[in-house]
Amino acid sequence: MHICKAMMAAVSVAGALSASAARADGTVEVLHWWTSGGEAKAVGELKKAFEAEGGEWIDSPIAGGGGDAAMTALRARVVAGNPPTAVQLKGPGIQEWAEQGALNDVQSVADEGNWDAVLPPALAEIMKYQGKYVAAPVNIHRVDWMWANPEALKKAGVEEMPTTWDEFNAAADKLQAAGIVPLAHGGQPWQDATLFEDVVLGIGGADFFRKALVELDPEALTSDMMVKSFDQLRKLRGYVDPNFSGRDWNLATAMVMRGEAGFQIMGDWAKGEFLAAGKVPEQDFLCWPTPGKGFVLNSDSFTFFKVEGEDRIEGQKVLARLIMSPEFQKVFNLAKGSIPARTDVPLDDFDACAKRSHADLLAAIENDTLVPSMAHEMAVPRSVRGEFLDLVTAFFNSDMSSEDAVKQLAAAIKRAQEN
Amino acid sequence: MARFGRALERRLPAIVVSPLFAASLFFVYGFILWTAYISLTRSGVMPNYEFDGLSQYVRLWETPRWYVAIRNLFVFSGLFISISMAIGILLAILLDQKVRIEGVIRTIYLYPMALSFIVTGTVWKWMLNPGLGLERLMHQAGFENFSFDWLVNSHYAIYTVVIAAVWQSSGYAMALFLAGLRSVDDEVLKAAAIDGAGLWRTYTGIVLPMLRPVFLSTVIILAHLAIKSFDLVIALTGGGPGYATDMPATFMYSFAFQRSELGVAAASATMMLMTVIAIIVPYLYSELRKTSG
Repeated sequence: MHICKAMMAAVSVAGALSASAARADGTVEVLHWWTSGGEAKAVGELKKAFEAEGGEWIDSPIAGGGGDAAMTALRARVVAGNPPTAVQLKGPGIQEWAEQGALNDVQSVADEGNWDAVLPPALAEIMKYQGKYVAAPVNIHRVDWMWANPEALKKAGVEEMPTTWDEFNAAADKLQAAGIVPLAHGGQPWQDATLFEDVVLGIGGADFFRKALVELDPEALTSDMMVKSFDQLRKLRGYVDPNFSGRDWNLATAMVMRGEAGFQIMGDWAKGEFLAAGKVPEQDFLCWPTPGKGFVLNSDSFTFFKVEGEDRIEGQKVLARLIMSPEFQKVFNLAKGSIPARTDVPLDDFDACAKRSHADLLAAIENDTLVPSMAHEMAVPRSVRGEFLDLVTAFFNSDMSSEDAVKQLAAAIKRAQEN
Repeated sequence: MARFGRALERRLPAIVVSPLFAASLFFVYGFILWTAYISLTRSGVMPNYEFDGLSQYVRLWETPRWYVAIRNLFVFSGLFISISMAIGILLAILLDQKVRIEGVIRTIYLYPMALSFIVTGTVWKWMLNPGLGLERLMHQAGFENFSFDWLVNSHYAIYTVVIAAVWQSSGYAMALFLAGLRSVDDEVLKAAAIDGAGLWRTYTGIVLPMLRPVFLSTVIILAHLAIKSFDLVIALTGGGPGYATDMPATFMYSFAFQRSELGVAAASATMMLMTVIAIIVPYLYSELRKTSG
């Protein structure tokens, strides 16, 4: 049924677009690493929509290492002077390639589609190089989500979802007393960093988050606020079960699902696990933002590389237009579990968590509390992010003091920026 | 025509081997030089050929994670080589006592070598995981206080890598030593027995010194396994907890492919090469000089 609906939507995308585009042939080669379940289906939607326009789609999926293998292949292709048309590439990675002069801009398509008006400004900024769009976002994932098992909470006597970290600690203590693991967590560097940035948002607020984790202001990085954030992270370490080391995030989600654990702090891809197990939002599981009244943004995007030949440039433009069309954004995100990057797409078919995410996103844009995710490569270059991950995971897995952590962090960031 | 044929025949070996020779010259030594040069530039996402001196080495040696990797390399290779050799020698000597069904036992000990390090790592990960393996088994058997959490303890995790690697490779060391023992002339052993040397004295005083070349090849084989160890660490601990079990090879991979820091990665690769040269070359030199002189 679901597939059927998705297909109908894809056909309607094609119908809507073929009316507007008289001549829409062209070739695109798309390099991506969406090869598993919902992701593969989502990228299949884009392929269908593109082929319905009469273009030729060459699929280059390169799985492995969370995109590392694809990046290696991309490097080789660019060096050889034969880059793919579009690459699944995000955040400051876009800027790195733009500085190498490897990207094409799609500003003409963006002007036509009025992208500036429909994208959150913080996200639009990331998609641009020197004021011109070089990439198009397909979705928005929210990173600062807290997933909870209502039954486990009830058993432990936790009546309300926490809105501050102190309330969270109180709830976690109750869970612990009831013999339930308070926080399901997997000890992998990026998961540790996800906890860390959500804590920083909750302790310091959006402005502090931006100063410390995006602008890398040395004063903010060594401030008391940062020490306090590490103190809270240390607290969270105490709420994790002894076997967390190396656990995958979806296994941690399963712990919440089974009621072995009370909470998990993870982006909204965790929702896909709940839904796939047939759980209903707000009945079998709760989604609630982590403390901090902000919105930590993660977004996948396709970046347009410098291809030659009219056929390929035409294909690139058609692809850019398709990616940003409201119809595609809806179909894709229903399959992927995220919400559309365009803020003007109606969310009637989406679940309660996605609707909440959308409402909070609009509020965050309004209040200027929308921040890009550090842990998910939206805020800082990969070299700097790597230093954050090293330090946070070393802190989480040792008895380092918060003061030492702050000092080492500032030194590590400085070192990474030297290159 | 016949002369041409003869000339061809004479040169054929050289003609056949030369493409291979040229290819390995280019792909092995050429790229070693290229990596060494990249380590002297400011390469980030993409190689950049502008010379920049030793700045990447300075950055490398300021990175705490690199020290962890170096320390782990020495701890791991020291323990791995010495324990594997000790177990290998012991098993070889025991097997050499004309036991029954020796062939079966030998095969059993040698079998781990047939597995890839990925398989070994995954299996040991399950066995050593406190929630799944040994610790849980002991708890179920009634020993509630039994605790073995090395795998998830950042101070001890590197030793679990040693355990898995020794399990995999000591059978191989045994096979090498057993072959060496079999090549020792029976007459020597008989002479030693007539002179009244006990079993201990026969082995430590006579047989083992005769196995010097076997030691050489075993050390070299095990040492290169240790230095290039990557898959075992990735499968067993993933470099964790944190980066507590990082090795130079995993460090290099993560900087080159996950962080777009080609310069630092090249510098670390060059340091690895230097380490290997510094250890292996003097050893090879002294051993080979002895055997030829």
